[in-house]
Amino acid sequence: MKAKIIITPKKAVVDPQGKTVQGALEHMGYKGVTGVHVGKYIEIDLAPGTDQATAQRALNDAAHKFLSNPIIEDYKLEME
Amino acid sequence: MNFAVLQFPASNCDQDAIHALRGVFGHSARYVWHKEGSLGDADAVIVPGGFSYGDYLRCGAIARFSPVMRAVKQFADNGGLVLGVCNGFQVLTEAGLLPGALVRNRDLQFHCEHIFLKTATTDSPFTNKIPAGKILRIPIAHGEGCYFADEETLAKLKANNQILWQYCDNTGNLTDTANPNGSLLNIAGVCNERRNVAGLMPHPERASELALGSDDGRWIFESIFAVLKNKTVAQAA
Repeated sequence: MKAKIIITPKKAVVDPQGKTVQGALEHMGYKGVTGVHVGKYIEIDLAPGTDQATAQRALNDAAHKFLSNPIIEDYKLEME
Repeated sequence: MNFAVLQFPASNCDQDAIHALRGVFGHSARYVWHKEGSLGDADAVIVPGGFSYGDYLRCGAIARFSPVMRAVKQFADNGGLVLGVCNGFQVLTEAGLLPGALVRNRDLQFHCEHIFLKTATTDSPFTNKIPAGKILRIPIAHGEGCYFADEETLAKLKANNQILWQYCDNTGNLTDTANPNGSLLNIAGVCNERRNVAGLMPHPERASELALGSDDGRWIFESIFAVLKNKTVAQAA
């Protein structure tokens, strides 16, 4: 089993990386891009037979406490 | 006075802090390795600058879970003075000992330069000796020093006078061009509500003697010394 965590900067936080990438995309001629947000992607491998609900609870806890900083970031957890 | 200077893997301003405290100011200071669970007989704690744990994940995110940080939290809960410099500031915000967070500089550049600081209040153990109106010239060296907090937190910081230092020009104006990293309200350093924990991105320990181009940082240390001295006198009385 695998957990995937996508972390993105909160909308209120200035994201200079996103803005720079957006500028570069425009410069390269890619039209219609209205926003770019650069975040992080974390993949976590879980032992076979792990109970999904239990793992999800634990990972939500870890994502909230450690893997993301709720002051500046949002996260999305997906189990696979 | 006894100072504890924390050492995480990849701290790199720990020696600067020890040099300032021992060599320049003549106090006793010792390194405390991040795996230690106690701060010993420390009167105050310095969380130094650097790139603890390679700045992996987020600056300070991993260091805050080091065993020594439990001791620092307890020390702070008991009213002990804790000062975080640069990466130390980031560690203290990640640990929840200080409000807000430090994010990437708005121009994505690492800034290594002298800046000017205005002291927003002298009502703290870290600013009480700074002369009124004195503009401090102190170096910064960071890539992630842009202070962020939500509106509610900023309002609370203002209401409680928790903003200690702000980036300004050489005459004390809080301009946008004097702001090296895009920090909200030009914030360079804050303290907690209880006022015994503070953090700032600039490096006062690197501006403690004229040989380094500025000794303005000593006002911050002198403020801490004054508080500790009063405490010792009070305990003896």
